[in-house]
Amino acid sequence: MALPQHRHHFETPEQQREAGTFGMWLFLLTEIMFFGGLFFAYLLYRNWYHDAFVVASNQLSIPLGATNTAVLIGSGFFMALGVWAAEVKKKGLLVLFLILTTVLGCVFLGVKYVEYHEKWEKHHIPGAHFDVSEFVNPHAYGLKEQPLAPDMAQKTQVFFSLYFAMTGMHALHMIIGIVLLFWLTWRAHRGEFSSGYVAPIENFGLYWHFVDIVWLFLFPLLYLINRHPGA
Amino acid sequence: MSEQHFHDPANITNPEHAEHHIVTPATYCMVFAGLLVGTAITVGAAYIDLGILNPVVALAIASTKAVIVILFFMHVKYQSNLIKMTVGAGFFTFLVLITMTLSDYMSRAWGLW
Repeated sequence: MALPQHRHHFETPEQQREAGTFGMWLFLLTEIMFFGGLFFAYLLYRNWYHDAFVVASNQLSIPLGATNTAVLIGSGFFMALGVWAAEVKKKGLLVLFLILTTVLGCVFLGVKYVEYHEKWEKHHIPGAHFDVSEFVNPHAYGLKEQPLAPDMAQKTQVFFSLYFAMTGMHALHMIIGIVLLFWLTWRAHRGEFSSGYVAPIENFGLYWHFVDIVWLFLFPLLYLINRHPGA
Repeated sequence: MSEQHFHDPANITNPEHAEHHIVTPATYCMVFAGLLVGTAITVGAAYIDLGILNPVVALAIASTKAVIVILFFMHVKYQSNLIKMTVGAGFFTFLVLITMTLSDYMSRAWGLW
């Protein structure tokens, strides 16, 4: 009963475990509200400036976005396996799965860098160097999109602002997660999580899966839903 | 007094959290495969012209995938009612906020709707 991780203010290890899970979920609820604000802004502005959002959204690469979705799902899969490895006290497997989680997380950020770089080269980053000419006159640039009036074409900047805010905030969460993964992998290597003390791995897993879920919504909303704008 | 009727305000002897469930790798593999299939379907659906239903289908698939992640990867299926209620309340509150804010925007005469 008296495991070293058992704190004296908890009556039983089970109570301690549930309190930890409960606290982690309360934190994740604040994260839902945080990202929720960004999702709401996207919903609102997409309705207001629909034509601009359609054209701007179609500048994103579906193959890169889909690849990254698969990479992130794979990363979450290895994280889940890592929780299992900690629960069955297999230290070697736990370290391996944490490293694979980290590697796939880094691959995701690498692909994201490629995408951001392309936006930089095409002057799709909002601000002084943003170029609306290809949205005003798409056929001259080889785009199969409807031409936008100059004032609506300016609103493509709203899409790209939200794109960078949402994917950037998501990437920041990934970077924080990867830093934590290095720390957890080091501690797992020292054998801290293979003697029945699973809570840090389990609660970090909740965070990592939450970041996955945010991307599961970002991918269709930013990349996919505007390919057929209809009438 | 029997165990079940014992007043337990500090949530100490709650039978729900007495047993810890370990999800097996086989379950994780099935979830992983299911999520990849869902991703393939949502990409495929994006190339089909469904009119106004394109965003609806995309969000339905994303929500299904999110629920699968929450239930299995995040173990909520195997948690106590307290955790399930907490998670449910969070998403429900988010939907309430979206609905109320959106109805506020839509009911104003700004000419953009």
